[in-house]
Amino acid sequence: MSLTVDSVTKKFRRFPALNGASFVAPQGSFVSLLGPSGSGKTTLLRILGGLEFADSGSVRFADLNWLDMPARTRNAGFVFQQYALFKHMTVADNIAFGLRVRPRNKRPSNADIQKRVTELLALVQLPGLEDRYPSQLSGGQRQRVALARALAIEPRMLLLDEPFGALDAKVRKELRADLRRIHDHAGVTTVFVTHDQEEAFAVADLVAVMKDGRIEQYGAPADVRRNPRTPFVSEFLSA
Amino acid sequence: MTNFSNGRSGSRRRSFLKPTEDPLWLKLLLGAVTIGFIAILLLLPLALVFKEALAGGLGGFWKSITEPDALASVRLSLIAAAIAVPLNTVFGIAAAWAIAKYDFRGKTFLVTLIDLPFSVSPVVAGLIYVLVFGMQGWLGPTLADHDIHILFALPGIVLVTVFVTFPFVARELIPLMVDQGRDEEEAAATLGATGFQTFLRVTLPNIKWGLLYGILLCNARALGEFGAVSVVSGHIRGVTNTMPLHVQLLYDNYDYAGAFTVAALLAMLALVTLALKSLLEWRYADELAAAHRH
Ligand SMILES: Nc1ncnc2c1ncn2[C@@H]1O[C@H](COP(=O)(O)OP(=O)(O)OP(=O)(O)O)[C@@H](O)[C@H]1O
Ligand SMILES: [Mg+2]
Repeated sequence: MSLTVDSVTKKFRRFPALNGASFVAPQGSFVSLLGPSGSGKTTLLRILGGLEFADSGSVRFADLNWLDMPARTRNAGFVFQQYALFKHMTVADNIAFGLRVRPRNKRPSNADIQKRVTELLALVQLPGLEDRYPSQLSGGQRQRVALARALAIEPRMLLLDEPFGALDAKVRKELRADLRRIHDHAGVTTVFVTHDQEEAFAVADLVAVMKDGRIEQYGAPADVRRNPRTPFVSEFLSA
Repeated sequence: MTNFSNGRSGSRRRSFLKPTEDPLWLKLLLGAVTIGFIAILLLLPLALVFKEALAGGLGGFWKSITEPDALASVRLSLIAAAIAVPLNTVFGIAAAWAIAKYDFRGKTFLVTLIDLPFSVSPVVAGLIYVLVFGMQGWLGPTLADHDIHILFALPGIVLVTVFVTFPFVARELIPLMVDQGRDEEEAAATLGATGFQTFLRVTLPNIKWGLLYGILLCNARALGEFGAVSVVSGHIRGVTNTMPLHVQLLYDNYDYAGAFTVAALLAMLALVTLALKSLLEWRYADELAAAHRH
């Protein structure tokens, strides 16, 4: 059930955003994608989530030909940088969305959905906010709701695109600790995009440093820090 | 440099007005001109329409309205609108969806095409259909062989009404949906929603007020269109005359009471639309502002 990304390429018009990105992540691992702006982190993550199509290369996950599946059947929870919460729905309805759109025979009963929403709100430490609207929440609270919403579908993969980008340092630290706890609890495979190397190294099992649409170095945080393989990586890490 | 700063201090001493503030006499003049224009060009004629319509008392008004040809024109206008408005609503949503949520070649061209009915004179719009469906037109003889009547019949009237009111819903929705981006739709897809579920549960609630607004404008125009319908209708009294055409016919026949009565009815429909529109604007100012920011 590991995730294997093999030589994925993607061009926008003629501009190559991904240039053969490859990495392998064991089942249940937490991978951070790190790299300068424009290096292709978001593009790679969106391809994993089914929101963008790769030009070539392959992705296998849980023995599935991942790129042939539409986003909605991948069961991969996606957390967006700008939250992308449903503005016109309450927190409870946001979190319940993924359960309510299931086909009738797989849809939990209303009581079960309600129970699940309560559990998830407790998990992201926002108990009692069921009836608020997204506009009535702080940035950190919105991001927690977005996380709860992604977790509600019991995802097999969790994809996060700079989810804490808009938050201050203290909240970021809190949230990333929560995220790691939730990741361990849910047993998913997580890919986490971040600008912040301190964050990437603190939270992940594996770090991928990206440059120009390629993965420049990939390995355990301690290894990457101790042995930067190219001048770019050592420069990037010391910046 | 020295000159420049001298000039600045000079002008500062001279004027106590804010840079954007005009003198009082100018404000009064502009206000008076505006109000005068509105009164003379808009309110007065509207008031006169109602006054003339009621010249024969309420009884006369009622008699003119229930006259069979007048009723037929009301029915025809309502039928044409009842077909054109839903069609253009569906089309407008589909076009706005495609333009806002997908990238494809020729997008700008499509937007320009959608605007075409706004820039083409309605009479020309009508003539296009005569060229296509008329007896001298491309399809006319074939259709006549099969006993299908487009011109001088309901289908033609509906067609030109659809053409003329084509842009209203799409124009209203495109900026709104572009503004909202694709984030929520993408989130819905990753959560397992089908395209249709996403549309019903995410997109539609986000655009509903803009959509309603567009439908109102579309409806107002569908009921009021004169030029294009006039070309294809054939003016058969009680059969192919819509309300605006019937007004003209009554007027040309010196039946002023009748003409003004039907006109008053049309004006009333317009006023109801206007009231609903104002209500929407007042109640949902924020969401509509997002639609007009571009
Ligand atoms: N929809 C698009 N159309 C055209 N070019 C795009 C598109 N999306 C991304 N790109 C380009 O592809 C490259 C990679 O973009 P991507 O968003 O993956 O970078 P990133 O690593 O996430 O950067 P950041 O850290 O700034 O978010 C960039 O040069 C970007 O300009
Ligand atoms: Mg990015």
